[in-house]
Amino acid sequence: MILDSKVPSGPIQDAWDNHRFNIQLVNPSNKRRFKIIVVGTGLAGASASATLAELGYEVHAFTYHDSPRRAHSIAAQGGINAAKNSRNDGDSVFRLFYDTVKGGDYRSREANVYRLAQVSNNIIDQMTAQGVPFAREYGGLMANRSFGGAQVSRTFYARGQTGQQLLLGAYQQMMAQVNLGKVKLHTDQEMLEVVLKDGEAAGIVTRDLTNGQVRSHSAHAVVLATGGYGNVFYLSTNAMACNTTAIWRAHRKGALFANPCYTQIHPTCIPQADEFQSKLTLMSESLRNDGRIWVPRSTTETRRARDIPEAERYYYLEEKYPAFGNLVPRDVASRNAKTVVDAGQGVGPLKNGVYLDFATAIGRDGRDAIEERYGNLFEMYERITGEDPYTTPMRIYPASHYTMGGLWVDYNLQTTIPSLYAAGEANFSDHGANRLGASALMQGLADGYFVLPYTIGDSLSAKLGTEPLATDDPVFKEAEKDVNDRTQRFLNIGGTKSPDYYHRELGKIVWEHIGMGRNEAGLTQAISEIKAIREAFWKDVKVLGNGDSLNSSLEKVGRVADFMELGELMARDALDRSESCGGHFREESQTDEGEALRNDDDFKHVSAWEWQGDADTPQIKHKEELEFEYVKLSQRSYK
Amino acid sequence: MSTELNLTLQVWRQPGPDAPGSFVTYEAKGIPDDSSFLEMLDIVNENLIERDVEPIEFPHDCREGICGTCGVMINGRAHGQEKATATCQLHMRKFNDGDTIVIEPWRAAAFPVIKDLIVDRSPMDKIIASGGYIYAPTGTAGEANETLVPKEAAESAMDAAACIGCGACIAACPNSAGQLFTSAKLWHLNSLPQGQPERFQRVESMVHTMEQFFGACTNHGECAEACPKEISLDFIAYMNADYMKSKIKNRAKSAQI
Amino acid sequence: MLSPTTTPQNSGEKPMREKPRDLPFPLNIYQSAIGKKWVMAVSGLMLVGFVFAHMIGNLKIYLGQVEHNGVLDYDTDHYAETLRNLLVPIFPEGVVLWGMRLGLLAALLLHIHSAYTLSMLSRKSDNAYAGKRDFLAANWASRSMRLTGPIVALYIVIHLADLTLGFGIATGEFEHGQVYENVVHSLGRPIVAIGYIIANIAVAVHIYHGMWSAFQSLGINNPAYNTLRRTAAQVISGLILIGNVSFPIAVLTDIVSI
Repeated sequence: MILDSKVPSGPIQDAWDNHRFNIQLVNPSNKRRFKIIVVGTGLAGASASATLAELGYEVHAFTYHDSPRRAHSIAAQGGINAAKNSRNDGDSVFRLFYDTVKGGDYRSREANVYRLAQVSNNIIDQMTAQGVPFAREYGGLMANRSFGGAQVSRTFYARGQTGQQLLLGAYQQMMAQVNLGKVKLHTDQEMLEVVLKDGEAAGIVTRDLTNGQVRSHSAHAVVLATGGYGNVFYLSTNAMACNTTAIWRAHRKGALFANPCYTQIHPTCIPQADEFQSKLTLMSESLRNDGRIWVPRSTTETRRARDIPEAERYYYLEEKYPAFGNLVPRDVASRNAKTVVDAGQGVGPLKNGVYLDFATAIGRDGRDAIEERYGNLFEMYERITGEDPYTTPMRIYPASHYTMGGLWVDYNLQTTIPSLYAAGEANFSDHGANRLGASALMQGLADGYFVLPYTIGDSLSAKLGTEPLATDDPVFKEAEKDVNDRTQRFLNIGGTKSPDYYHRELGKIVWEHIGMGRNEAGLTQAISEIKAIREAFWKDVKVLGNGDSLNSSLEKVGRVADFMELGELMARDALDRSESCGGHFREESQTDEGEALRNDDDFKHVSAWEWQGDADTPQIKHKEELEFEYVKLSQRSYK
Repeated sequence: MSTELNLTLQVWRQPGPDAPGSFVTYEAKGIPDDSSFLEMLDIVNENLIERDVEPIEFPHDCREGICGTCGVMINGRAHGQEKATATCQLHMRKFNDGDTIVIEPWRAAAFPVIKDLIVDRSPMDKIIASGGYIYAPTGTAGEANETLVPKEAAESAMDAAACIGCGACIAACPNSAGQLFTSAKLWHLNSLPQGQPERFQRVESMVHTMEQFFGACTNHGECAEACPKEISLDFIAYMNADYMKSKIKNRAKSAQI
Repeated sequence: MLSPTTTPQNSGEKPMREKPRDLPFPLNIYQSAIGKKWVMAVSGLMLVGFVFAHMIGNLKIYLGQVEHNGVLDYDTDHYAETLRNLLVPIFPEGVVLWGMRLGLLAALLLHIHSAYTLSMLSRKSDNAYAGKRDFLAANWASRSMRLTGPIVALYIVIHLADLTLGFGIATGEFEHGQVYENVVHSLGRPIVAIGYIIANIAVAVHIYHGMWSAFQSLGINNPAYNTLRRTAAQVISGLILIGNVSFPIAVLTDIVSI
């Protein structure tokens, strides 16, 4: 298979304009004759649904939540980047592009990233017009801040709830179209199968989570905006329901899965308190601006933090990286935390965290100043842990946060299945091997607002005059049967352990071997362990209840089954990529200073994996070579 | 250090929308006090599954207090006893060993129970659909800084926009009124310069949709007490004022701003 | 605003009530619950104004007999006479008083009608909890509005019969225009006096929540003076309570007598 990225030729600055001019358009009066399915109503899905409906298409939006507003985009805290240069600090489209490619450790497609930077400003304008209450300066102009180690101030924000406000903006815009009847909203519907006719996407099969009804929906094009797969780790900052099922079903139907091993671990989350903990809560990265990270030097330390004398504290980031100190990039901070915890220096009852200490900052700036900056975060921390961070250092530890990998898409965001598109975190396109802070919101909205609505016309225009496939076509009947059979199979296993148990066990393996540090032995072991647990799962999982009413165990078990297969692919991809890059750190490939060492000669490509028909046959890898014309490849250093 | 709690739960179990429901008593033993309320239910469910009892269905998703999915009545209070805290952020250290906890779903005629503790809150989406937006089709927006927004206005709009749509206000209201939810969205949009053109039609439209589903406010103030985001009662007053203005102005005929 | 082609379509259940056909302004205001609340607030404030003025006027009872134009006279009776002669000779005697009475009656009827219809609306919207509720903000006053309201309405009827119209519960000595003596005779009956005390407590409690609620319903709101709304409600209802309850007590304890 040859992966054609369809990147337009010519100067990168003009590529998107030229491409928009060259692709096929659909006449406005013909748009209503096309039906488009959008699965997912997060930033990418809601903005795409709204925009496609405004253009005139008949849109069907699906969400497994009870309301589109519940999508997990809502939990993003920090902000959204845009190259407005409104601080006069030398920002530009090119700089945002350059920073993003560099931040992704040179594993993303230049043209895509450039386009992302180009439309970033339109996103801010669009969301402001819709009433997103972005933070303002006293003069009434937009405020922004520097975020995640960027050297320019380009992050726009709405308190610590930027994701919420942007999602609500897109949701409201979509609901306006729902009110007009242009978007048909299907809530509580989980997509369980992509349906293909002659190799092309023809629709989907969904299950109504409230009553178990399985239904087929056909369309001229299907968009998957179903988010990332971070919950493969079991404990992550993702919402409980976040899953890989939609994109995994597409993968099993032939869509290539790109770079599954690129996952982002966020360094400042609250550590796990006990075995039954269900999720990890992220604390804003901004805390690292004033907090000092340390662990006791002794592995047998039992004293309270404030009783440990200065000389017996190990400020490992400050010692190892004098220039950047506690502000090293996410992956570096995360990896170092793991190193000290693995060495037995961890803190807290389970010795699974490191201290983030504000005593110095409080001594320097006073408690009031710190309270003003971080008051709400401290409050949140205290609510969850019962400890007062003003007097006791916070305990933090890294957690899975975002997944850069996803369905392989071309410049049009089309997967390798014609008429099947992927947008937002569900695709692999823009972040390379690591995502910069405040860029996830930008990409989701860029895809949904300004890319997909244009590029989708290219494949639609050829279908003018055709009707969507009838849902009583044999391919739909067969897919419905597959879904029903699978449901029955889960209900019939009658094993001994809950789906959560298997998810937790899978998560332990993935976190241990495909987490922050990876090596050949561990990955090989992970592959065999996941295979073993997958086999046990299919024999021993227990799902009570029936398929005809709301049954969250049944929802969960299907998702866990898909995570099992995905986990294995992640391990394979990580094993195959014997270099380190961005969030993927192979211990065999590091500089003398312990930094990620890329191997551009052998791995300057996207690894896109093709399903081979069943879970026991390993996927086959295809390569998309990456060309870097505008960005100079260099080695990162934060010393 | 974590200690363990032994609790008695009285949980509303209802197999489906049309089936009768009742309280069922469960023992929750050995609950770590570091766990959240929902994790406590997770543990209870794991035990139920072990004993071949169907687990309790409860609403939840992000578990960080922002998605608005979770929410149950805990001992007669929406989201439980801790102020400004969604159910998912309520932690078990706020309870005592030996406590009995009564857990019931949100109640309102417009919130029918789907199963156990899960209710259908779709009328809230309908209120938003009827006018809770500023219509700005993609691509039409001008430069964001062309419209100045005073910092105070942005902050005040944000106070209202912080609503997570959990429905606690309606559940807590003795009248099942939707005023706090509706007025928060109205104030968010009506207080911003961008929201002015549609302001009065928005208020009429959203109020009329709200009144099709929910009861009449009698200004008890229970909604604001229950709200995990501390949305202020003031927004209800603003909505009332705007509603009367919209009726009196009759912009469709007089084109007044 | 986009005009929908249909009512909001979505999965889920139907509205519990359809929007009625729009009546012409200002009747359309009364078609919505918020409009009804507005009417209830305006009429309620009118009634509070009356109750307050009524209480202040009645304080004249403590002045006993005062000399007017050389005639020794109960000040209360003189006050009543003054009310009947308001704006004479522009209007004939009693017209203004009757105008005010009709205004108050209209306010009362609207207040009762809006209260009744809104209560029915809420009753239909509610789905009672099977377990116990634990109220935080809703106080005794706010939750008893639908109890104190009917008590007050009943009291108004009895009070009018007793001291304005002079039938039913009125004493045998009732005489039109002899306000002071009528009051002393009526409240001299302990059971009636206790009834008045209870009724006036209900009035004050009703006004306490009603006044605060009225500000909110009318949208009179500014964080700068919002705390004053509660204070105003407390002060007004407190004064009304003290004033009105003092009359039966004063009669019973012979502070006020013939």
